[in-house]
Amino acid sequence: MRIFEAIRLALQQIRAQKLKSGFSLIGVFIGVTFLIGAWSIVNGMNVYMTDKFAGTLVGVNTFHLRRAPNVNFNVDDSVWRSWRRRPRIKFADANAVTEKLTVPVLTAWYSEDRGPVEFNGKVAKDITLEGATERYFDIMNLTIAIGRPFTAEESKAGVTVVVLGWDLAQKLFQDLNPIGRKVRIHGIPYRVIGVVERQGNLFGISLDKFVVAPALSPIQREVNPPGVVDALIIKANSEPEMREAMDQTEAVMRSRRHLRPRQDDNFAMMTSEGVLDFWKKLSRILYVVGPGLVGVALVVGGIVIMNIMLMAVAERTREIGIRKSLGARRRDIMRQFLAEATALATVGASLGIVTGVGLSLLLKVATPLPAAVSPFSIVLGVIVGGGVGIVAGVYPASRASRLDPITALRQE
Amino acid sequence: MSQPQEFRTGDTPLPDIIILTHKLARDYDMGSEIVHALRGVSFQIRRNEYVAVMGPSGSGKSTLMNLIGCLDTPSAGEYWLNGQKVSDLSDDELAHIRNKEIGFVFQTFNLLPRASALHNVELPLIYAGASAKVRRERAAEALASVGLGDRMEHKPNELSGGQRQRVAIARALVNRPSILLADEPTGNLDSATSSEIMDVFATLHDQGQTVVMVTHEADIAAHAKRVVTLRDGLIATDQARAA
Repeated sequence: MRIFEAIRLALQQIRAQKLKSGFSLIGVFIGVTFLIGAWSIVNGMNVYMTDKFAGTLVGVNTFHLRRAPNVNFNVDDSVWRSWRRRPRIKFADANAVTEKLTVPVLTAWYSEDRGPVEFNGKVAKDITLEGATERYFDIMNLTIAIGRPFTAEESKAGVTVVVLGWDLAQKLFQDLNPIGRKVRIHGIPYRVIGVVERQGNLFGISLDKFVVAPALSPIQREVNPPGVVDALIIKANSEPEMREAMDQTEAVMRSRRHLRPRQDDNFAMMTSEGVLDFWKKLSRILYVVGPGLVGVALVVGGIVIMNIMLMAVAERTREIGIRKSLGARRRDIMRQFLAEATALATVGASLGIVTGVGLSLLLKVATPLPAAVSPFSIVLGVIVGGGVGIVAGVYPASRASRLDPITALRQE
Repeated sequence: MSQPQEFRTGDTPLPDIIILTHKLARDYDMGSEIVHALRGVSFQIRRNEYVAVMGPSGSGKSTLMNLIGCLDTPSAGEYWLNGQKVSDLSDDELAHIRNKEIGFVFQTFNLLPRASALHNVELPLIYAGASAKVRRERAAEALASVGLGDRMEHKPNELSGGQRQRVAIARALVNRPSILLADEPTGNLDSATSSEIMDVFATLHDQGQTVVMVTHEADIAAHAKRVVTLRDGLIATDQARAA
């Protein structure tokens, strides 16, 4: 008997026994659905983290000189306390580093806090208040949709001008043109000179609720103690140049802080890679837990299929006897039952793939969770599903093939 | 009791001898005791013979039937089928012989209940490796030859007992076997239908088919040209009947 024949027979059998087949499909179906679904969420997060999250927080070929890492995961209290004891980054530090870097870079000061912004009696709460220097917009790839960014002169002079995030501008001004109007931050009026293009959101949190004012404007009193910045942002043209800039920065800072060779850095240089470390730790757990759960579902599915196939062999003993009397060899019977088990599992896996992909797309549309279906997971789903069928089918099929034709024919 | 022709182990039988058994024996180990179902049966069946094997229950006729049908292997002795020694073949080789050389007709028809008449008849061709087109043609031809050309798509439960047995006969013949081996072929049929089936057998025999039929009914055995009677695992009588 040819394989094609066996598959045709298997599909016939599945069609003939829909209910029983349905039950045996469920295990593999759930397993594969979960595999695709979970995989695409983790995969989506991965894509998101690498492309967007890290880029948004730090930027490509960019690093932040900070007192301590600002994105972290599972940090001890004692470590945290030691970070809090470190000296802050001073204006003088930022200037010294900027002057001494020999690699071509863009630099910007950056400080932030959260607070309300007011216009004409309307208050927008919990806005990110950012104090920065003029290069900040270039470094972070913030495109100005309306108006202009502030200039180097305005930055240096600490003029009370401000650039708004899109959502904040919408909230405060609606249909009004915000350019030239004054918003108040902690009672001090700032003239709006620009609005940044819409950034979208990160895990459902809007990235467009911020104001950027010159770092030396009065906003500095709101965000940090005098003479202190949260970060000096340094952007190089390439990865090697960034590494070189980091080395130079470290040297400058260590000498300014009078650190002995044996002492650790008491400042941090955050790259997007550093931010990703946090994510990698998390995703490693997900990549272990996810397949574990999928594995359990598939084992259960396999056992169900094996049971169904053993039942089928018992029920169809006479059929096996008839087939043997007509010239079916062991391998013909083996092939028939294996094909049936594999077909069951493959049908289950296919349904699982369709549902899993559907679920991922639904998640993507309906929730802020990023989901991206990876083609690899689909291939894996088919292989794993079919594999479960073969593994679960081997034992029943070999039992069927070894039946004695005389005994089998006598079976009622 | 007629003596079988003298036969030495290792000889190849004459070409017109389809079945040759030499001191064929089959023991069953029942745990506490060994049952000697066949105690050394030697006989020959020539091409185009029509033989009935009779005997009371326990005489060994089912065992002989299983051995002749290559469903079982003997404990001792030799069995030659159509010039080939089959008594010491492996399972798969026996399956091949069953497929090519033997057409079974059973008391209980043994059709696949969910398959159409046509598919049932196609089964031996599937295991013979015939292409779908050849299978369909030959199965349809076989069904037409037993008068069921208009019932090809019917399932067994949509057919009468006589029609089911005809489907089984068509299936038995579709691979053009050396022997048609029938085990109580009329056991589940009423007398009118039984005689119908016996007519089919008679026609097949007239066309040159070798027929071996196991039965315990004397009036059914009366249709055969030769009757072999077994008793206690040995041949008791072997008589040719007047035509």
